[in-house]
Amino acid sequence: MEKRRSSPDTPDSSASLSAGMDEEYDVIVLGTGLKECIISGLLSVDGLKVLHMDRNDYYGGESASLTLKQFWKKFKGEDEPPASLGSARDYNIDLVPKFMMANGQLVRVLIHTDVTKYLQFKAVDGSYVLNKGKIYKVPATDVEALKSSLLGFFEKFRAKKFFVYVQDYEENDPKTHDGLDLRKLTAREFFEKYSLSDEVIQFVGHALALYRDESFYNAPALDLVLRMKLYAESLLRFGGGSPYIYPLYGLGELPQGFARLSAVYGGTYMLAKPDAKVVFDDSGKAIGVSSEGETAKCKKVVGDPSYFPGKIAKSGKVVRAICIMSHPVPNTNDSASVQIILPQKQLNRKSDMYIFCCSYSHNVAPKGKYIAFVTTTAETDRPEAELAPGLKLLGQVDEQIFDIYDTYEPLESGSHDNCYISKSYDPTTHFETTVEDVLSMYTRITGKILDLSEKDLNQASAADE
Amino acid sequence: MATPGAGGNLQAKLVLLGDMGAGKSSLVLRFVKGQFFDYQESTIGAAFLTQTVAVNDVTVKFEIWDTAGQERYHSLAPMYYRGAAAAIVVYDITNTESFTRAKNWVRELQRQGNPNLVIALAGNKADLASKRKVETEEGQSYADENGLFFIETSAKSAQNVNEVFYEIARKLPKAAPAPQPQGLNLNAQGRTQPKRSCCSTS
Ligand SMILES: Nc1nc2c(ncn2[C@@H]2O[C@H](COP(=O)(O)OP(=O)(O)OP(=O)(O)O)[C@@H](O)[C@H]2O)c(=O)[nH]1
Ligand SMILES: [Mg+2]
Repeated sequence: MEKRRSSPDTPDSSASLSAGMDEEYDVIVLGTGLKECIISGLLSVDGLKVLHMDRNDYYGGESASLTLKQFWKKFKGEDEPPASLGSARDYNIDLVPKFMMANGQLVRVLIHTDVTKYLQFKAVDGSYVLNKGKIYKVPATDVEALKSSLLGFFEKFRAKKFFVYVQDYEENDPKTHDGLDLRKLTAREFFEKYSLSDEVIQFVGHALALYRDESFYNAPALDLVLRMKLYAESLLRFGGGSPYIYPLYGLGELPQGFARLSAVYGGTYMLAKPDAKVVFDDSGKAIGVSSEGETAKCKKVVGDPSYFPGKIAKSGKVVRAICIMSHPVPNTNDSASVQIILPQKQLNRKSDMYIFCCSYSHNVAPKGKYIAFVTTTAETDRPEAELAPGLKLLGQVDEQIFDIYDTYEPLESGSHDNCYISKSYDPTTHFETTVEDVLSMYTRITGKILDLSEKDLNQASAADE
Repeated sequence: MATPGAGGNLQAKLVLLGDMGAGKSSLVLRFVKGQFFDYQESTIGAAFLTQTVAVNDVTVKFEIWDTAGQERYHSLAPMYYRGAAAAIVVYDITNTESFTRAKNWVRELQRQGNPNLVIALAGNKADLASKRKVETEEGQSYADENGLFFIETSAKSAQNVNEVFYEIARKLPKAAPAPQPQGLNLNAQGRTQPKRSCCSTS
C-alpha cells in the first residue's frame, strides 16, 4: 500500500512547501474538474512537481456534486431550499451526471492509480432505450435478444446470430472472424450481412455502442464490435442490471479522489483563488499563473476552458433538466438508478437525449428521493422545450430546474503556447469520451502514452492482496 | 464509518488532523511500523495505511488517512471526513500555535464529521518536556469541555502511541455507527467472480 518518494535534498521540507506561490513548478493545473484532477494525479505520480488551483472554494469545478443548499443558491439564488425536500446535507447533485462503464477506461484509470481505495462504488440497476415511445431494457447478449420484446419474432433470430458473432469475436484470433475483415467492412455492410432492421441498428449503435450520431455507419465495423463487447463485458462484471457503476455520494467524489492522489505524491493544492490567471511571455508562451499579486512559475499550464479565454472555441450548447422526484422513473422496474437512451431518430433530432436517474441508494439524496436528469445537445433557440419527450417519461416531479451552458474546446494542441486545455463535458451520461480527452491531454503534455492494458488490471488486483 | 464485518470484526476509517509538523505522520508510522525518524519528511506518498488492533473479543481494522498536505492551504476535501469513524487531532506541546489550530480542527470536525465520530486529542512530543508551552491541564480541560478523549503522546519514545489507537478502538463499538453499504471491489477480476450485484471490499 505504502509508496514513498525519497527527496534526500529536503530533509525538512516544511518551510519550502509552505512558500507555495514562490516556487517553480513543472505543471500548474487550473480547475479541479474530474479531467484536471486525473491529469494532476497522473503527473504527480510521474514525479512532476504540480501546483493545482481552483477559483472556487470547493473541489470539482464543472463536475462537482452539490449539496441541496449549494444547488439552490446556484440555480434559484435563494439560501434555503424547501423543507419538504428533506435534509439538504443528504443531497449530492451532480452538475455533469454520468455513469461509469464497469470495464471502461475510467475504471482502468482508477485501478491503475489505486484511487479505488478512496472511493466506494455500487452497480446501476437498469439500462433502457426508447423505441416508438416506449422504453425497453437494452438487450446486450444473444440470450437477452431472444427474450426482449423490443424485437419482432423473426428479428430475434437474426439478432441472435449477430450477437453470437460479436460475443465470439476476438481481434487477435482470425478463427473467430468468420472470413470478415472488420477493419475494412463498414458497420453498414456488417449490419446488412445480418439483415438487421433499422430499429435494431439504432439500439445497437446508440444504446450498446454509445455512438452519439450516425457517422458510425460508414466507419469500420471493428470499433462498433469492440464497443459492443465492452458493454457486454461490463454487464457481466458485477452481475448487475446494467453495465454501469456509480460512486456512493456522487461523482464529485472522483475529482476529490484523484486530487488526493496528486497530493499524496507531492502535489500542492490551493482552492479559492478567484483571480487565478495564466501569465504569458512576449512570444505568447505560458510561463506561470498569477493570483493575489503573486506569480508561480511553470513550464506548462493545464486547465479547463474557463481559464483560457481567447484560446477556445464554442463547440455546442448543452441543455439539461435537473428534477427531484419522490418516485423512480416509471416503467423501469422500480430501478433506484437507471440510464435511458433516447436515440435521435426516435425523436426526429440530430442528437441523442439521455435520462440519468440516481437516488438515496447511491447516497445522493435522502431516503425516498430520486434525482433525474434529462440532457441533450441544444439544437434550437428554445432548448428547454426540446427536452419535452424525455421529461414526459419521468412523470410527476417535485422540483425542476434547467441548466443551459455552452461547451468549448481548445483551438490548439498546446505545443506552441504551453497551454493544455480540456474540452467541456459533453451531454453523454457515460465517461468514455471524458477519458479519451484525458488520455489525449496526458500524451500531449508528457509525450507518453498511458498504458491501461489488461496487464495493469491483473497486477492491480494481485497487488491488492 | 465503522462497518461490522464477519465475526466481531470492525473496519473503521480514522483521519489525522493537526498543524504542519505536529507529528501526525510520525504517530502513524510509530503505530503501524514501530519506527521513528528525527527527520520525517513532510507527508508524501504514504497517506493511507491500515493496521488491525484487538480489544476484548473485537478486532478493529483501522484505515488510517493522513492529510497529504491538502490542509496546508485550507484545501482539504470533504471526502477526507466522509465516513470517518474516528479522528486524532494532533498538536505539538512545544508550540502554542499548534494547540490553537488543533481547536480549530475540532470545531471543523464537529461541523463536517458525523455526529458519532470518536475524537481523540493528542498532545504530541511529550518527550520534549523542557520545551513545553502547552500545559497538560490546558489540553485536558479543553478535551473535557468538548467531549474528546485526551492523551499526551510521543512518537519518538513511543509513549502512549498504541494507547491512543486502543482507546479509540474501545470506544468505537459503543458509538454504534449505522452500518454502511459495502461497495463493489473494482480490482476483482470480473468474470471469475460469482454473480452478485454488490461485492465486498476485502
Ligand atoms: N521530539 C519529537 N519529535 C517528533 C515527535 N513526533 C514527530 N516529531 C518530529 O517532528 C517533525 C514533524 O513530524 P511529522 O510526523 O512529519 O509531522 P506531520 O504532522 O505529519 O507534518 P506534515 O505532514 O508536514 O503536516 C519531524 O521532524 C519528526 O521527527 C515526537 O513525539 N517527539
Ligand atoms: Mg505528515
